[in-house]
Amino acid sequence: MKEEITITIDGVEIKTKTGEFILRAALNAGIYIPHLCFHPDLPPHGSCRVCTVKVNGRHMASCTTPAEDGMVITSDDAELLDLRKAVIEMLFVEGNHFCMFCEMSGKCELQAVAYRLGILVPRYPNLFPQREVDASHPDVMLDHNRCILCGRCVRASDEKDGKHVFELMERGAKTRLGVDAENNLGETNLSIDDKALDVCPVGALLIKDTAYRIPIGERQYDKTPVGSQHKGNK
Amino acid sequence: MTATEIKTVTRKIVIEPVTRVEGHGKVTLLVDENGHITRARMHVVEFRGFERFIQGRPFWELPVAVQRLCGICPVSHHLAAAKATDWLVGGENLTPTAQKMRRLMHLGQTFQSHALHFFHLCSPDLLFGFDAPVSKRNIIGVIREHPDLAVQGVMMRKYGQEIIKATAGKKIHGTGAIPGGINKNLSIEERDFFLSDIEQMIEWAQGAVELIKGVHAQMPDLMKTFGAFPSNHLSLVREDGALDLYHGNLRAKDSLGNIIFDQVDYANYLDYIREEVRSWSYMKFPFITSLGKENGWYRVGPLARINNCDFIPTPLAEAERQEFMKEAEGGTVVNTTLHYHWARMIETLHSIEGIRDLLNDPDLQGDDLIVRGEKRKECVGLIEAPRGTLFHHYRIDDNDQVTMANLIVSTTNNNEAMNRAVQTVAAQYLDGNEITEPLLNHIEVAIRAYDPCLSCATHAIGKMPLEVELVTEDGEVLDSKFKNR
Repeated sequence: MKEEITITIDGVEIKTKTGEFILRAALNAGIYIPHLCFHPDLPPHGSCRVCTVKVNGRHMASCTTPAEDGMVITSDDAELLDLRKAVIEMLFVEGNHFCMFCEMSGKCELQAVAYRLGILVPRYPNLFPQREVDASHPDVMLDHNRCILCGRCVRASDEKDGKHVFELMERGAKTRLGVDAENNLGETNLSIDDKALDVCPVGALLIKDTAYRIPIGERQYDKTPVGSQHKGNK
Repeated sequence: MTATEIKTVTRKIVIEPVTRVEGHGKVTLLVDENGHITRARMHVVEFRGFERFIQGRPFWELPVAVQRLCGICPVSHHLAAAKATDWLVGGENLTPTAQKMRRLMHLGQTFQSHALHFFHLCSPDLLFGFDAPVSKRNIIGVIREHPDLAVQGVMMRKYGQEIIKATAGKKIHGTGAIPGGINKNLSIEERDFFLSDIEQMIEWAQGAVELIKGVHAQMPDLMKTFGAFPSNHLSLVREDGALDLYHGNLRAKDSLGNIIFDQVDYANYLDYIREEVRSWSYMKFPFITSLGKENGWYRVGPLARINNCDFIPTPLAEAERQEFMKEAEGGTVVNTTLHYHWARMIETLHSIEGIRDLLNDPDLQGDDLIVRGEKRKECVGLIEAPRGTLFHHYRIDDNDQVTMANLIVSTTNNNEAMNRAVQTVAAQYLDGNEITEPLLNHIEVAIRAYDPCLSCATHAIGKMPLEVELVTEDGEVLDSKFKNR
């Protein structure tokens, strides 16, 4: 049986259970820690590092670090803000993210976190990589230009849909989202109801011909910026 | 060239950039040793790669992505692309709410664009004269000496921009029109907000028509001769011949008012229009195929639309059209460049009358917004943008990705006409061998009358950088002069 413990985040004491990941404990307590690859319905991945906090002075990914009694955690300080911004900016320049006409604008988590952190322009030069659009599926489009390799679709397809449609292939800067080993999307058993589509934070995976149906001003983050329901840490 | 051939010393006059137009262009004039203009060219030096880099993108992005090629009248591209993509999803028969919301958006943008052009860009020339000092002949001068007019211009533009925001979601680069429909209706609150100012806007639009008529009355000879030359005219007209800025069929008239073709389905535009590429400009030269490159060029925009339509379906603008047409030589077609301003103000009045009529239409509060039908692989969308007829043509593959895009934008349609205007005016105002400020001013006034949008949104206010070069035909620079660099 899990034991109730107390941890401190930015000076606020919160109760949680032994072994609960810090990020989940914070969100459950109404404290927002910025994050991207984490999704509440999926096991943690720890790949994007946006949720990095200082645990007793050490930098740790809060989504994969279990809470322990008495932990003193810092999430809201200038150094962490700058590190998070740097990570988000790298994600922007590493892909081709054209928010100005992207159909996910206003409901994209990458854009929402960038706004939240106050990013105006990336400090790094854009790489403008050559990436493909896989529109071979009748109902779904995979736009690699927007993929941030968070692995959400991989986990969702594996653990929720039981289909194993996606995987992360190759390594380092060459890492890319693979589809069912070497196939195109149209050759997989992906369906429009799959959880894998629902969890994509950036619109790399989209249901075709549903774009722009929600007017500007009524989109997910237009009125409720990401994290605004929580007490608010940067 | 061999030594035995006679060398002609040709001067080349360069105006770069042309100011108070949208975007960047320059003008070169080639003048022979006797001071005669041998050639005039308006170069568009911006490069617009949209037709290429939209390839591979999904079709539903087109209305939002392609409008990004301009910040001045993006609504035109937004709606032309939306009209095209309607066909791809089998949604060309829009619901009444969707069609009327789009029409409202379009009239809002025509109203604001025409007001911007007339009050902000052209009124300095018209109010102070083409030869007035540059220090006075600008929008600041208008604000100083005609503050009421300046405020009207700003408020009319604001009104149109607010209409765009209410229909497209944003004043610039909205998302309202989607394939097969629209993504919102007009709320009662939004409707009442616009109705509260509508009578004032109509009054100001009438005032603008009176203003330009007054300018014509003061300088009838200048207005009828400046940049005057015969041309063909192309525009959309409704099936009953009425002016319609949003939808209709193509009609072309020649310089005497004879019909070249009429009620042509614009999906078949390639059977009637061709484009010529010339090496010295990124802007192509369209022409009516049956008349050939030499004689097939035409004017588009307010002048062509007022010339081509049989009537305007709103009463105040129709009365003004009838008065305007009395200016036509022989009573059929007006072929003078400066009448563009007058025609533009008649359209401004028509736009605000049309907005009033739509605001009073309960269909705008409907909830049936999107239509879907049989999917297609090719589509053409046409609209009468503020500056003239705008063509969007796309093909997609089995995966919904764009494989071909062809855009003929309004200013491109006016390309040859603007070159003719420059040549005509330069010939009228070249004074001996002197390169004078008045000459350059008059050339700019001629170009400005067409309200060209040279592909992106740059407003130039202030000093006109001027480069004048004297060169021989084989390229030797004899003399050069720089000003305001």
